[in-house]
Amino acid sequence: MIPANFTYHRAHSVQDAIALAESLGEEAKYMSGGHSLLPMMKLRFATPEHIIDISKIEGLSFIKEEGDLLKIGGLTTQSEMEHSKLIREKYPIFSDAIKLTADPSVRNVGTMGGNIAHGDAANDQPALMLAMRATIVAEGPEGRKTIPIDAFFHGFYMTALEPADVLVEIHVPKAKKRSGGAYYKMERKVGDYATAGVAVYLELDDSGTCREIGIGLTNVSAVPMRVDRAEDLLRGKKITQDLMDQAGAMAAEDCEPTSDLRGSEAYKRSLVHTLTKRMLNKALERAGQ
Amino acid sequence: MKHEITLKINGQSVSAEVDSRLLLVHFIREHLSMTGTHIGCDTSNCGACTVLLDGKSIKSCTYLAVRADGAEITTIEGLAAEGTNHPIQQGFHDQHGLHCGFCTPGMIMRSVELLKNNPNPTEEEIRWGISGNLCRCTGYNNIVKAIQQAAGEMQKEKQTAV
Repeated sequence: MIPANFTYHRAHSVQDAIALAESLGEEAKYMSGGHSLLPMMKLRFATPEHIIDISKIEGLSFIKEEGDLLKIGGLTTQSEMEHSKLIREKYPIFSDAIKLTADPSVRNVGTMGGNIAHGDAANDQPALMLAMRATIVAEGPEGRKTIPIDAFFHGFYMTALEPADVLVEIHVPKAKKRSGGAYYKMERKVGDYATAGVAVYLELDDSGTCREIGIGLTNVSAVPMRVDRAEDLLRGKKITQDLMDQAGAMAAEDCEPTSDLRGSEAYKRSLVHTLTKRMLNKALERAGQ
Repeated sequence: MKHEITLKINGQSVSAEVDSRLLLVHFIREHLSMTGTHIGCDTSNCGACTVLLDGKSIKSCTYLAVRADGAEITTIEGLAAEGTNHPIQQGFHDQHGLHCGFCTPGMIMRSVELLKNNPNPTEEEIRWGISGNLCRCTGYNNIVKAIQQAAGEMQKEKQTAV
């Protein structure tokens, strides 16, 4: 399959990319790894007239702790995350997710920024970002802007990014002594999109009480979703098995799955219930509870 | 629109004019007439088109040729040195790691990077490592054995070299 005709442009810097996007107008699309966009173009689901390749821009591929934050460059590949010692040792929630995302060759090309900017609730990173309450940093014609994750996902393939905005950095909280996160998705076969997936991130205080919590879901709604009700239930409490079960029930009730080849609506709700409990347990264990 | 690209493929420098939408796998097969790299699913699932780009395995059906400008590419044709099989090729031969052979070039190219990153993988790590390469004949067991044999041989080679 060959994509419809388009014109390729290579951006050498973020400013260069923004200038190209502004001059080429609405029919231009940025490509980072291209492992979501190019398959869509081959199937003619997407027919942009111009592709602006941002993958060769230098300086947007990094993983570093700074102040209270873990900062991930937008062009960091999923493989770079997978092989990072820092991520493996201190941020296992990313290792959980990346192992289950596509396969090693796709992860060599697919980027963290692209996985989020694509705005697809079937991708894995959005749920992690919601759970960790990430901040997305973008550069656009008016300069740099920071977008809280709760204001980022607008709809099916729609985000807060304007057409000329480049996602340059992802900020999540730096791992603390008593923080932990976990992610799992059920898939029909290795590397498939999630039948349902759940990301949990939490922070405990010295007494083991849950100080902060985030729960994000994969592929059970049109827009990546957070389960506020379950978070509110657990925040400020010592998390017991009974509370976890209640939180799982709330997540199963609040999500909006549709029946498809991956499973019925009822099955997906049941998965969300079970996975929420399991991920809460795992996150607590990692937080040293 | 045409673009001038220059890249290295199996050690040889190649320059060409390519369309924006030309996929790397078509460039390799049709422009360079190197047909060892296969097209299977054409949707980045099956891995038959796997090649190495700057040492990393990629699916060449989901990569624009123009993006490979300046890159170093290795295909199955570039693996064997001077008529001797690469240890991974030898492993597939000895362990019957193929049946129809369609997935084999991609499977081998993927294994090259797998063993580079992890010279002594467990069986589980091998199975995760080749999870993006589908084989419809073998049931994978002999492929895993082939990669295990190659890992052993390559470790020995390394020790003799030292």
